[in-house]
Amino acid sequence: MSDLGDLYQQTILDHNRNPRNFRRLEPANRTAEGHNPLCGDRIKVYAQVDGDTISDIAFQMPDGAGCAISKASASLMTAAVKGKPVAEAEALFQAFRDMLSGGPIAPGKLAAFGGVRAFPARVKCANLAWHALHAALQNQSDPVSTESAGDF
Amino acid sequence: MLDTNIRADFPILARKEHGHRLVYLDNAATTQKPRQMLDAILNYYSTSNANVHRGAYGLAVAATEAYEGARGAIARFVNAWAVEGVVFTRGTTEGINLVAGSWGRANVKAGDTVVVTAMDHHSNLVPWQMLCAEQGATLRMVEVTADGRIDLLDFGRALEARPRLVAFPYVSNSLGTVNPAAELTRLAHAAGAVVVVDGAQATPHLRVDVQALGCDFYALSGHKMLGPMGSGALIAKPALLEAMPPYHGGGEMIERVWDDHSTWNQIPHKFEGGTPNVEGAVGLAAAVAYLERIGMDKIAEHEQALAREAIERLSQIEGVTIYGPKDHRAGDIHPHDLATILDRDGVCIRAGHHCTQPLMRRLGVPATARASFYIYNGVDDVDALVAAVRKAGELFGVVTA
Repeated sequence: MSDLGDLYQQTILDHNRNPRNFRRLEPANRTAEGHNPLCGDRIKVYAQVDGDTISDIAFQMPDGAGCAISKASASLMTAAVKGKPVAEAEALFQAFRDMLSGGPIAPGKLAAFGGVRAFPARVKCANLAWHALHAALQNQSDPVSTESAGDF
Repeated sequence: MLDTNIRADFPILARKEHGHRLVYLDNAATTQKPRQMLDAILNYYSTSNANVHRGAYGLAVAATEAYEGARGAIARFVNAWAVEGVVFTRGTTEGINLVAGSWGRANVKAGDTVVVTAMDHHSNLVPWQMLCAEQGATLRMVEVTADGRIDLLDFGRALEARPRLVAFPYVSNSLGTVNPAAELTRLAHAAGAVVVVDGAQATPHLRVDVQALGCDFYALSGHKMLGPMGSGALIAKPALLEAMPPYHGGGEMIERVWDDHSTWNQIPHKFEGGTPNVEGAVGLAAAVAYLERIGMDKIAEHEQALAREAIERLSQIEGVTIYGPKDHRAGDIHPHDLATILDRDGVCIRAGHHCTQPLMRRLGVPATARASFYIYNGVDDVDALVAAVRKAGELFGVVTA
Protein backbone atom coordinates (compact mmCIF):
# COMPACT_ATOMS: atom_id res chain seq x y z
CA MET A 1 0.00 0.00 0.00
CA SER A 2 1.43 3.33 -0.99
CA ASP A 3 1.52 6.06 1.56
CA LEU A 4 0.01 9.52 1.20
CA GLY A 5 3.50 10.86 1.91
CA ASP A 6 4.67 9.39 -1.42
CA LEU A 7 2.04 11.46 -3.21
CA TYR A 8 2.22 14.65 -1.20
CA GLN A 9 6.01 14.93 -0.99
CA GLN A 10 7.47 18.04 0.64
CA THR A 11 8.49 19.47 -2.76
CA ILE A 12 4.89 19.19 -3.93
CA LEU A 13 3.40 20.67 -0.77
CA ASP A 14 5.92 23.52 -1.01
CA HIS A 15 5.16 24.32 -4.66
CA ASN A 16 1.44 24.09 -3.92
CA ARG A 17 1.76 26.65 -1.13
CA ASN A 18 4.21 28.90 -2.97
CA PRO A 19 3.81 28.27 -6.69
CA ARG A 20 6.64 29.68 -8.85
CA ASN A 21 5.94 31.68 -12.01
CA PHE A 22 2.32 31.90 -10.93
CA ARG A 23 1.28 35.02 -12.84
CA ARG A 24 0.14 36.29 -16.17
CA LEU A 25 3.08 36.75 -18.53
CA GLU A 26 3.08 39.77 -20.84
CA PRO A 27 4.17 39.78 -23.52
CA ALA A 28 3.92 36.10 -24.35
CA ASN A 29 3.99 34.78 -27.88
CA ARG A 30 2.70 31.32 -26.94
CA THR A 31 -0.34 30.62 -24.76
CA ALA A 32 -2.62 27.63 -24.29
CA GLU A 33 -5.37 26.51 -21.96
CA GLY A 34 -5.67 23.12 -20.35
CA HIS A 35 -8.78 21.64 -18.77
CA ASN A 36 -9.30 18.61 -16.58
CA PRO A 37 -13.02 17.91 -16.82
CA LEU A 38 -12.75 15.33 -14.05
CA CYS A 39 -12.16 17.92 -11.34
CA GLY A 40 -12.91 21.16 -13.18
CA ASP A 41 -9.36 22.51 -12.94
CA ARG A 42 -8.31 24.92 -15.65
CA ILE A 43 -4.84 26.19 -16.37
CA LYS A 44 -3.46 28.84 -18.67
CA VAL A 45 0.19 28.59 -19.68
CA TYR A 46 2.06 31.60 -21.11
CA ALA A 47 5.46 31.29 -22.77
CA GLN A 48 7.77 33.70 -24.49
CA VAL A 49 9.73 31.77 -27.09
CA ASP A 50 12.68 33.58 -28.72
CA GLY A 51 14.26 31.66 -31.53
CA ASP A 52 14.52 28.19 -30.16
CA THR A 53 14.50 29.08 -26.47
CA ILE A 54 11.74 29.41 -23.90
CA SER A 55 12.92 32.76 -22.52
CA ASP A 56 10.12 33.05 -19.97
CA ILE A 57 7.14 31.03 -18.84
CA ALA A 58 4.29 31.47 -16.37
CA PHE A 59 0.90 29.99 -15.55
CA GLN A 60 -2.42 30.89 -14.02
CA MET A 61 -5.41 28.87 -12.86
CA PRO A 62 -8.34 31.03 -14.02
CA ASP A 63 -10.95 29.63 -11.65
CA GLY A 64 -8.78 30.66 -8.74
CA ALA A 65 -7.71 27.27 -7.49
CA GLY A 66 -6.19 24.03 -8.62
CA CYS A 67 -5.54 20.89 -6.64
CA ALA A 68 -2.15 20.52 -4.99
CA ILE A 69 -0.94 18.09 -7.63
CA SER A 70 -1.91 20.16 -10.67
CA LYS A 71 -0.65 23.42 -9.16
CA ALA A 72 2.67 22.00 -7.94
CA SER A 73 3.18 20.23 -11.25
CA ALA A 74 2.64 23.48 -13.17
CA SER A 75 5.01 25.30 -10.83
CA LEU A 76 7.77 22.69 -11.13
CA MET A 77 7.24 22.50 -14.88
CA THR A 78 7.80 26.22 -15.36
CA ALA A 79 10.94 26.00 -13.24
CA ALA A 80 12.19 23.01 -15.25
CA VAL A 81 11.74 24.47 -18.76
CA LYS A 82 12.51 28.15 -18.22
CA GLY A 83 15.51 29.13 -20.36
CA LYS A 84 15.59 25.73 -22.05
CA PRO A 85 15.35 24.98 -25.78
CA VAL A 86 11.86 24.02 -26.98
CA ALA A 87 13.08 20.55 -27.96
CA GLU A 88 14.37 19.95 -24.44
CA ALA A 89 11.01 20.99 -22.95
CA GLU A 90 9.23 18.57 -25.24
CA ALA A 91 11.67 15.83 -24.24
CA LEU A 92 10.98 16.56 -20.55
CA PHE A 93 7.22 16.37 -21.26
CA GLN A 94 7.78 12.95 -22.79
CA ALA A 95 9.93 11.82 -19.86
CA PHE A 96 7.29 13.09 -17.41
CA ARG A 97 4.47 11.29 -19.20
CA ASP A 98 6.55 8.13 -19.42
CA MET A 99 7.21 8.27 -15.69
CA LEU A 100 3.49 8.62 -14.91
CA SER A 101 2.63 5.67 -17.10
CA GLY A 102 5.09 3.48 -15.22
CA GLY A 103 8.36 4.33 -16.97
CA PRO A 104 11.65 5.52 -15.46
CA ILE A 105 11.73 8.38 -12.96
CA ALA A 106 11.97 11.80 -14.63
CA PRO A 107 15.06 13.95 -14.05
CA GLY A 108 15.59 16.57 -11.34
CA LYS A 109 12.77 17.77 -9.12
CA LEU A 110 10.20 16.27 -11.49
CA ALA A 111 11.02 12.98 -9.76
CA ALA A 112 8.79 14.20 -6.90
CA PHE A 113 5.80 13.14 -9.02
CA GLY A 114 6.92 9.51 -9.15
CA GLY A 115 4.51 8.81 -6.27
CA VAL A 116 1.53 9.82 -8.42
CA ARG A 117 1.87 6.50 -10.25
CA ALA A 118 0.32 4.73 -7.27
CA PHE A 119 -2.70 7.05 -7.49
CA PRO A 120 -4.14 6.49 -10.98
CA ALA A 121 -7.00 8.92 -10.32
CA ARG A 122 -4.45 11.74 -10.02
CA VAL A 123 -2.28 11.16 -13.09
CA LYS A 124 -4.34 13.66 -15.09
CA CYS A 125 -3.81 16.31 -12.44
CA ALA A 126 -0.03 15.93 -12.78
CA ASN A 127 -0.15 15.97 -16.59
CA LEU A 128 -2.50 18.93 -17.00
CA ALA A 129 0.13 21.71 -17.12
CA TRP A 130 2.38 19.72 -19.41
CA HIS A 131 -0.38 19.14 -21.92
CA ALA A 132 -1.08 22.86 -21.89
CA LEU A 133 2.62 23.65 -22.40
CA HIS A 134 2.82 21.18 -25.26
CA ALA A 135 -0.23 22.82 -26.88
CA ALA A 136 1.28 26.27 -26.38
CA LEU A 137 4.54 25.24 -28.00
CA GLN A 138 2.61 23.71 -30.90
CA ASN A 139 0.63 26.96 -31.24
CA GLN A 140 -2.60 25.07 -30.70
CA SER A 141 -5.47 27.50 -30.18
CA ASP A 142 -8.20 25.17 -28.88
CA PRO A 143 -8.10 24.40 -25.16
CA VAL A 144 -6.55 20.99 -24.54
CA SER A 145 -8.42 18.54 -22.34
CA THR A 146 -6.89 15.76 -20.27
CA GLU A 147 -9.76 13.58 -21.53
CA SER A 148 -8.61 13.82 -25.13
CA ALA A 149 -4.94 13.55 -24.34
CA GLY A 150 -4.85 9.78 -24.16
CA ASP A 151 -3.61 9.56 -20.57
CA PHE A 152 -5.93 7.57 -18.40
CA MET B 1 -31.59 6.31 13.65
CA LEU B 2 -31.67 3.12 11.62
CA ASP B 3 -29.84 0.05 12.89
CA THR B 4 -26.41 -0.38 11.28
CA ASN B 5 -27.15 -4.14 11.07
CA ILE B 6 -28.75 -3.15 7.78
CA ARG B 7 -25.22 -3.24 6.35
CA ALA B 8 -25.35 -7.03 6.32
CA ASP B 9 -27.77 -6.74 3.38
CA PHE B 10 -25.13 -4.97 1.26
CA PRO B 11 -22.40 -7.37 0.12
CA ILE B 12 -20.10 -4.60 -1.11
CA LEU B 13 -19.83 -3.06 2.35
CA ALA B 14 -17.66 -6.02 3.34
CA ARG B 15 -14.99 -4.73 0.98
CA LYS B 16 -11.81 -3.35 2.53
CA GLU B 17 -10.32 -0.15 1.16
CA HIS B 18 -6.58 0.26 1.86
CA GLY B 19 -7.05 -1.97 4.88
CA HIS B 20 -9.97 0.05 6.23
CA ARG B 21 -13.69 -0.63 6.44
CA LEU B 22 -15.41 0.85 3.37
CA VAL B 23 -17.08 4.12 4.37
CA TYR B 24 -19.24 4.82 1.37
CA LEU B 25 -20.33 8.45 1.32
CA ASP B 26 -20.97 8.96 -2.38
CA ASN B 27 -24.62 8.04 -2.33
CA ALA B 28 -25.67 11.09 -4.30
CA ALA B 29 -23.62 9.66 -7.18
CA THR B 30 -24.96 6.14 -6.84
CA THR B 31 -26.05 3.88 -4.00
CA GLN B 32 -24.89 0.38 -3.14
CA LYS B 33 -27.18 -2.57 -3.72
CA PRO B 34 -28.88 -4.86 -1.19
CA ARG B 35 -28.86 -8.60 -1.65
CA GLN B 36 -32.68 -8.54 -1.97
CA MET B 37 -32.41 -6.41 -5.11
CA LEU B 38 -29.61 -8.55 -6.57
CA ASP B 39 -31.64 -11.68 -5.82
CA ALA B 40 -34.67 -10.27 -7.60
CA ILE B 41 -32.63 -9.82 -10.80
CA LEU B 42 -31.08 -13.27 -10.47
CA ASN B 43 -34.51 -14.75 -9.85
CA TYR B 44 -35.99 -12.99 -12.87
CA TYR B 45 -33.33 -14.38 -15.21
CA SER B 46 -33.43 -17.79 -13.53
CA THR B 47 -37.19 -18.24 -13.66
CA SER B 48 -39.02 -15.74 -15.89
CA ASN B 49 -36.84 -14.41 -18.69
CA ALA B 50 -38.43 -13.96 -22.11
CA ASN B 51 -39.23 -10.98 -24.30
CA VAL B 52 -42.18 -9.03 -22.98
CA HIS B 53 -45.58 -8.16 -24.46
CA ARG B 54 -45.41 -10.49 -27.43
CA GLY B 55 -44.91 -14.17 -26.75
CA ALA B 56 -47.98 -16.39 -26.74
CA TYR B 57 -46.44 -18.78 -24.26
CA GLY B 58 -46.42 -18.99 -20.49
CA LEU B 59 -42.87 -17.82 -19.95
CA ALA B 60 -43.43 -14.64 -21.95
CA VAL B 61 -46.51 -13.96 -19.87
CA ALA B 62 -44.44 -14.36 -16.70
CA ALA B 63 -41.84 -11.91 -18.00
CA THR B 64 -44.55 -9.41 -18.94
CA GLU B 65 -46.13 -9.76 -15.52
CA ALA B 66 -42.77 -9.12 -13.85
CA TYR B 67 -42.22 -6.02 -15.97
CA GLU B 68 -45.71 -4.58 -15.64
CA GLY B 69 -45.82 -5.50 -11.96
CA ALA B 70 -42.71 -3.38 -11.47
CA ARG B 71 -44.45 -0.47 -13.18
CA GLY B 72 -47.30 -0.77 -10.72
CA ALA B 73 -44.91 -0.82 -7.76
CA ILE B 74 -43.21 2.37 -8.90
CA ALA B 75 -46.53 4.07 -9.57
CA ARG B 76 -47.63 3.36 -6.00
CA PHE B 77 -44.25 4.43 -4.55
CA VAL B 78 -44.50 7.99 -5.90
CA ASN B 79 -48.31 8.13 -6.04
CA ALA B 80 -48.34 8.47 -9.83
CA TRP B 81 -51.48 9.78 -11.55
CA ALA B 82 -51.93 6.38 -13.21
CA VAL B 83 -49.89 3.25 -13.87
CA GLU B 84 -49.83 4.14 -17.58
CA GLY B 85 -48.25 7.46 -16.59
CA VAL B 86 -45.05 5.61 -15.64
CA VAL B 87 -42.61 5.34 -18.55
CA PHE B 88 -39.53 3.22 -17.92
CA THR B 89 -36.31 5.01 -18.84
CA ARG B 90 -32.65 4.38 -18.22
CA GLY B 91 -32.58 7.17 -15.67
CA THR B 92 -33.40 10.79 -14.98
CA THR B 93 -31.31 12.00 -17.91
CA GLU B 94 -33.33 9.98 -20.38
CA GLY B 95 -36.59 11.00 -18.73
CA ILE B 96 -35.81 14.69 -19.15
CA ASN B 97 -34.53 14.20 -22.68
CA LEU B 98 -37.78 12.43 -23.48
CA VAL B 99 -39.81 15.43 -22.31
CA ALA B 100 -37.53 17.86 -24.18
CA GLY B 101 -37.46 15.79 -27.37
CA SER B 102 -41.16 14.98 -27.46
CA TRP B 103 -43.23 17.53 -25.53
CA GLY B 104 -40.62 20.23 -26.02
CA ARG B 105 -40.29 19.96 -29.78
CA ALA B 106 -44.05 19.89 -30.18
CA ASN B 107 -44.81 22.78 -27.85
CA VAL B 108 -41.82 25.12 -27.48
CA LYS B 109 -41.61 27.49 -30.44
CA ALA B 110 -39.45 30.40 -31.56
CA GLY B 111 -39.71 33.26 -29.10
CA ASP B 112 -40.93 31.07 -26.22
CA THR B 113 -39.08 30.90 -22.90
CA VAL B 114 -37.91 27.87 -20.91
CA VAL B 115 -36.91 28.45 -17.27
CA VAL B 116 -34.28 26.46 -15.37
CA THR B 117 -32.32 27.22 -12.21
CA ALA B 118 -28.63 27.76 -11.48
CA MET B 119 -28.66 24.67 -9.25
CA ASP B 120 -29.89 22.29 -11.92
CA HIS B 121 -27.81 19.23 -12.72
CA HIS B 122 -26.51 19.30 -16.29
CA SER B 123 -29.14 16.65 -17.09
CA ASN B 124 -31.88 19.20 -16.35
CA LEU B 125 -30.07 22.00 -18.15
CA VAL B 126 -28.35 20.73 -21.30
CA PRO B 127 -31.50 19.12 -22.83
CA TRP B 128 -33.25 22.50 -22.48
CA GLN B 129 -30.26 24.34 -23.95
CA MET B 130 -30.40 21.97 -26.93
CA LEU B 131 -34.17 22.38 -27.30
CA CYS B 132 -34.01 26.18 -27.11
CA ALA B 133 -31.17 26.34 -29.64
CA GLU B 134 -33.13 24.13 -32.02
CA GLN B 135 -36.44 25.95 -31.67
CA GLY B 136 -35.13 29.50 -31.36
CA ALA B 137 -36.49 29.78 -27.83
CA THR B 138 -34.92 31.61 -24.89
CA LEU B 139 -33.46 29.82 -21.89
CA ARG B 140 -33.74 31.75 -18.62
CA MET B 141 -31.67 30.61 -15.61
CA VAL B 142 -33.02 31.55 -12.18
CA GLU B 143 -30.34 32.59 -9.68
CA VAL B 144 -29.56 30.94 -6.35
CA THR B 145 -29.19 32.84 -3.09
CA ALA B 146 -25.92 33.00 -1.14
CA ASP B 147 -27.19 30.27 1.20
CA GLY B 148 -27.85 27.91 -1.69
CA ARG B 149 -31.59 28.21 -2.27
CA ILE B 150 -33.56 29.09 -5.40
CA ASP B 151 -33.93 32.88 -5.42
CA LEU B 152 -37.71 33.23 -5.23
CA LEU B 153 -37.66 36.88 -6.31
CA ASP B 154 -35.72 35.95 -9.42
CA PHE B 155 -38.02 32.97 -9.96
CA GLY B 156 -40.97 35.37 -9.90
CA ARG B 157 -39.24 37.69 -12.38
CA ALA B 158 -38.52 34.74 -14.70
CA LEU B 159 -42.22 33.80 -14.66
CA GLU B 160 -43.17 37.25 -15.93
CA ALA B 161 -42.03 36.07 -19.38
CA ARG B 162 -44.89 33.51 -19.26
CA PRO B 163 -42.55 30.56 -19.97
CA ARG B 164 -43.83 27.47 -21.77
CA LEU B 165 -41.95 25.24 -19.37
CA VAL B 166 -40.25 25.48 -15.97
CA ALA B 167 -37.72 22.87 -14.82
CA PHE B 168 -36.08 22.58 -11.41
CA PRO B 169 -34.61 19.96 -9.07
CA TYR B 170 -36.64 18.79 -6.07
CA VAL B 171 -33.36 18.33 -4.17
CA SER B 172 -30.04 19.85 -5.29
CA ASN B 173 -27.34 17.25 -5.90
CA SER B 174 -24.55 19.71 -5.10
CA LEU B 175 -25.97 21.52 -2.09
CA GLY B 176 -28.55 19.18 -0.61
CA THR B 177 -31.14 21.97 -0.68
CA VAL B 178 -34.71 20.65 -0.58
CA ASN B 179 -36.62 23.06 -2.78
CA PRO B 180 -40.25 24.04 -2.06
CA ALA B 181 -41.32 22.03 -5.08
CA ALA B 182 -45.08 22.26 -4.56
CA GLU B 183 -44.90 26.03 -4.13
CA LEU B 184 -42.64 26.49 -7.17
CA THR B 185 -45.01 24.32 -9.20
CA ARG B 186 -48.02 26.36 -8.10
CA LEU B 187 -46.30 29.61 -9.13
CA ALA B 188 -45.17 28.18 -12.47
CA HIS B 189 -48.66 26.86 -13.24
CA ALA B 190 -50.16 30.23 -12.40
CA ALA B 191 -47.85 31.66 -15.09
CA GLY B 192 -49.12 29.08 -17.58
CA ALA B 193 -46.04 26.85 -17.65
CA VAL B 194 -45.69 23.09 -17.75
CA VAL B 195 -43.51 21.90 -14.86
CA VAL B 196 -40.69 19.32 -15.00
CA VAL B 197 -39.22 18.19 -11.68
CA ASP B 198 -35.83 16.46 -11.55
CA GLY B 199 -36.48 13.91 -8.82
CA ALA B 200 -33.14 12.10 -8.99
CA GLN B 201 -32.00 13.26 -5.54
CA ALA B 202 -35.39 13.44 -3.83
CA THR B 203 -36.95 10.05 -4.58
CA PRO B 204 -34.29 8.04 -2.68
CA HIS B 205 -34.49 10.20 0.44
CA LEU B 206 -38.01 11.62 0.91
CA ARG B 207 -41.58 10.42 0.69
CA VAL B 208 -42.53 11.60 -2.80
CA ASP B 209 -46.13 12.22 -3.82
CA VAL B 210 -46.19 13.59 -7.37
CA GLN B 211 -49.91 14.33 -7.21
CA ALA B 212 -49.38 16.45 -4.10
CA LEU B 213 -46.46 18.22 -5.81
CA GLY B 214 -48.78 18.88 -8.71
CA CYS B 215 -46.03 18.97 -11.35
CA ASP B 216 -46.54 17.65 -14.88
CA PHE B 217 -43.44 15.51 -15.34
CA TYR B 218 -41.25 13.89 -12.67
CA ALA B 219 -38.05 12.03 -13.56
CA LEU B 220 -36.20 9.59 -11.31
CA SER B 221 -33.17 7.26 -11.43
CA GLY B 222 -33.20 3.72 -10.03
CA HIS B 223 -29.49 3.44 -9.27
CA LYS B 224 -29.61 6.29 -6.75
CA MET B 225 -32.22 4.40 -4.68
CA LEU B 226 -30.71 0.90 -4.35
CA GLY B 227 -31.84 -0.14 -7.83
CA PRO B 228 -29.73 -1.22 -10.78
CA MET B 229 -27.85 1.17 -13.04
CA GLY B 230 -29.70 1.93 -16.23
CA SER B 231 -33.11 1.81 -14.53
CA GLY B 232 -35.42 4.75 -14.03
CA ALA B 233 -38.81 6.21 -14.77
CA LEU B 234 -40.55 9.27 -16.07
CA ILE B 235 -43.80 9.90 -14.19
CA ALA B 236 -46.22 12.04 -16.17
CA LYS B 237 -49.84 13.13 -16.34
CA PRO B 238 -51.44 10.63 -18.74
CA ALA B 239 -53.21 13.33 -20.77
CA LEU B 240 -49.87 14.97 -21.57
CA LEU B 241 -48.35 11.65 -22.64
CA GLU B 242 -51.39 10.93 -24.84
CA ALA B 243 -50.92 14.19 -26.72
CA MET B 244 -47.16 13.84 -27.16
CA PRO B 245 -45.43 12.42 -30.24
CA PRO B 246 -43.26 9.32 -29.69
CA TYR B 247 -39.62 9.67 -28.69
CA HIS B 248 -37.82 6.59 -30.05
CA GLY B 249 -39.19 4.71 -33.02
CA GLY B 250 -39.00 0.92 -33.16
CA GLY B 251 -40.71 -2.22 -32.03
CA GLU B 252 -43.25 -2.25 -29.21
CA MET B 253 -44.08 1.47 -29.51
CA ILE B 254 -46.23 0.95 -32.61
CA GLU B 255 -49.82 -0.13 -33.16
CA ARG B 256 -49.73 -0.77 -36.93
CA VAL B 257 -46.90 -0.29 -39.40
CA TRP B 258 -47.34 0.33 -43.11
CA ASP B 259 -44.69 0.87 -45.79
CA ASP B 260 -44.55 4.60 -45.28
CA HIS B 261 -46.11 5.37 -41.91
CA SER B 262 -47.19 3.90 -38.60
CA THR B 263 -49.63 4.43 -35.81
CA TRP B 264 -48.65 4.42 -32.17
CA ASN B 265 -49.22 2.06 -29.30
CA GLN B 266 -51.02 3.21 -26.17
CA ILE B 267 -49.18 5.00 -23.39
CA PRO B 268 -46.79 4.25 -21.78
CA HIS B 269 -45.67 1.75 -24.48
CA LYS B 270 -45.65 4.51 -27.10
CA PHE B 271 -42.50 5.78 -25.34
CA GLU B 272 -40.80 2.43 -24.84
CA GLY B 273 -39.49 1.48 -28.26
CA GLY B 274 -37.39 -1.68 -28.41
CA THR B 275 -36.92 -4.50 -25.92
CA PRO B 276 -37.05 -2.84 -22.51
CA ASN B 277 -34.68 -3.19 -19.57
CA VAL B 278 -36.85 -5.76 -17.77
CA GLU B 279 -34.03 -6.62 -15.36
CA GLY B 280 -33.81 -2.91 -14.48
CA ALA B 281 -37.54 -2.65 -13.85
CA VAL B 282 -37.62 -5.80 -11.72
CA GLY B 283 -34.57 -4.67 -9.75
CA LEU B 284 -36.01 -1.20 -9.23
CA ALA B 285 -39.27 -2.68 -7.93
CA ALA B 286 -37.29 -4.81 -5.47
CA ALA B 287 -35.39 -1.70 -4.35
CA VAL B 288 -38.67 0.13 -3.84
CA ALA B 289 -39.99 -2.78 -1.77
CA TYR B 290 -36.83 -2.67 0.34
CA LEU B 291 -37.19 1.09 0.95
CA GLU B 292 -40.88 0.76 1.75
CA ARG B 293 -40.12 -1.93 4.30
CA ILE B 294 -37.88 0.52 6.15
CA GLY B 295 -40.21 3.46 5.56
CA MET B 296 -39.36 6.66 3.74
CA ASP B 297 -40.10 8.83 6.76
CA LYS B 298 -37.62 6.86 8.85
CA ILE B 299 -35.03 7.12 6.07
CA ALA B 300 -35.44 10.88 5.84
CA GLU B 301 -35.15 11.21 9.63
CA HIS B 302 -32.02 9.01 9.71
CA GLU B 303 -30.24 10.97 7.00
CA GLN B 304 -31.14 14.34 8.45
CA ALA B 305 -29.67 13.26 11.78
CA LEU B 306 -26.43 12.14 10.10
CA ALA B 307 -26.20 15.32 8.02
CA ARG B 308 -26.76 17.51 11.10
CA GLU B 309 -24.07 15.64 13.01
CA ALA B 310 -21.58 15.79 10.12
CA ILE B 311 -22.16 19.50 9.43
CA GLU B 312 -21.84 20.40 13.08
CA ARG B 313 -18.60 18.47 13.57
CA LEU B 314 -16.98 19.38 10.24
CA SER B 315 -17.74 23.05 10.86
CA GLN B 316 -15.49 22.91 13.91
CA ILE B 317 -12.44 21.96 11.83
CA GLU B 318 -10.33 24.91 10.72
CA GLY B 319 -10.38 25.56 7.00
CA VAL B 320 -13.62 23.67 6.32
CA THR B 321 -16.35 25.40 4.31
CA ILE B 322 -19.87 24.03 4.31
CA TYR B 323 -21.73 24.82 1.08
CA GLY B 324 -25.47 24.92 0.91
CA PRO B 325 -28.13 26.08 3.31
CA LYS B 326 -25.70 25.84 6.27
CA ASP B 327 -23.11 28.31 5.16
CA HIS B 328 -19.74 29.68 6.09
CA ARG B 329 -16.60 29.81 4.06
CA ALA B 330 -12.88 29.20 3.85
CA GLY B 331 -11.83 26.05 1.97
CA ASP B 332 -8.08 25.55 1.99
CA ILE B 333 -7.68 22.10 0.46
CA HIS B 334 -8.75 21.35 -3.08
CA PRO B 335 -11.61 18.80 -3.10
CA HIS B 336 -9.63 16.48 -5.35
CA ASP B 337 -6.79 16.31 -2.83
CA LEU B 338 -9.31 15.77 -0.04
CA ALA B 339 -10.93 12.86 -1.89
CA THR B 340 -7.54 11.18 -2.42
CA ILE B 341 -6.59 11.55 1.24
CA LEU B 342 -9.96 10.31 2.50
CA ASP B 343 -9.83 7.33 0.14
CA ARG B 344 -6.71 6.09 1.95
CA ASP B 345 -8.89 5.70 5.05
CA GLY B 346 -11.58 3.92 3.06
CA VAL B 347 -13.82 7.00 2.96
CA CYS B 348 -15.43 7.49 -0.48
CA ILE B 349 -16.62 11.03 -1.19
CA ARG B 350 -17.16 12.85 -4.44
CA ALA B 351 -14.88 15.69 -5.53
CA GLY B 352 -15.83 17.74 -8.54
CA HIS B 353 -18.42 20.02 -10.05
CA HIS B 354 -21.18 17.42 -9.54
CA CYS B 355 -22.52 18.14 -13.04
CA THR B 356 -23.49 21.65 -11.89
CA GLN B 357 -20.91 23.91 -13.50
CA PRO B 358 -23.13 27.03 -13.55
CA LEU B 359 -23.60 26.62 -9.79
CA MET B 360 -19.86 26.14 -9.14
CA ARG B 361 -19.20 29.35 -11.10
CA ARG B 362 -21.61 31.20 -8.83
CA LEU B 363 -20.01 29.73 -5.71
CA GLY B 364 -16.64 30.90 -7.07
CA VAL B 365 -15.03 27.47 -6.83
CA PRO B 366 -13.90 24.96 -9.46
CA ALA B 367 -15.22 22.08 -7.39
CA THR B 368 -16.51 21.02 -3.98
CA ALA B 369 -16.16 17.84 -1.92
CA ARG B 370 -19.48 16.12 -1.27
CA ALA B 371 -20.29 13.50 1.36
CA SER B 372 -23.77 12.06 0.93
CA PHE B 373 -25.45 9.60 3.29
CA TYR B 374 -27.87 6.74 2.90
CA ILE B 375 -29.59 4.11 4.98
CA TYR B 376 -26.50 2.01 5.71
CA ASN B 377 -24.41 4.93 6.97
CA GLY B 378 -24.08 5.49 10.68
CA VAL B 379 -22.47 7.83 13.18
CA ASP B 380 -19.31 5.71 12.85
CA ASP B 381 -19.17 6.85 9.22
CA VAL B 382 -19.40 10.47 10.36
CA ASP B 383 -16.55 9.69 12.80
CA ALA B 384 -14.44 8.30 9.94
CA LEU B 385 -15.24 11.30 7.76
CA VAL B 386 -14.40 13.84 10.44
CA ALA B 387 -11.15 12.07 11.38
CA ALA B 388 -10.06 11.83 7.74
CA VAL B 389 -10.84 15.51 7.08
CA ARG B 390 -8.80 16.45 10.16
CA LYS B 391 -5.92 14.31 8.88
CA ALA B 392 -6.05 16.05 5.49
CA GLY B 393 -5.92 19.39 7.25
CA GLU B 394 -2.85 18.30 9.17
CA LEU B 395 -1.10 17.04 6.03
CA PHE B 396 -1.65 20.39 4.32
CA GLY B 397 -0.79 22.38 7.43
CA VAL B 398 -4.28 23.89 7.65
CA VAL B 399 -5.18 22.19 10.92
CA THR B 400 -2.80 22.07 13.85
CA ALA B 401 -1.84 18.47 14.50
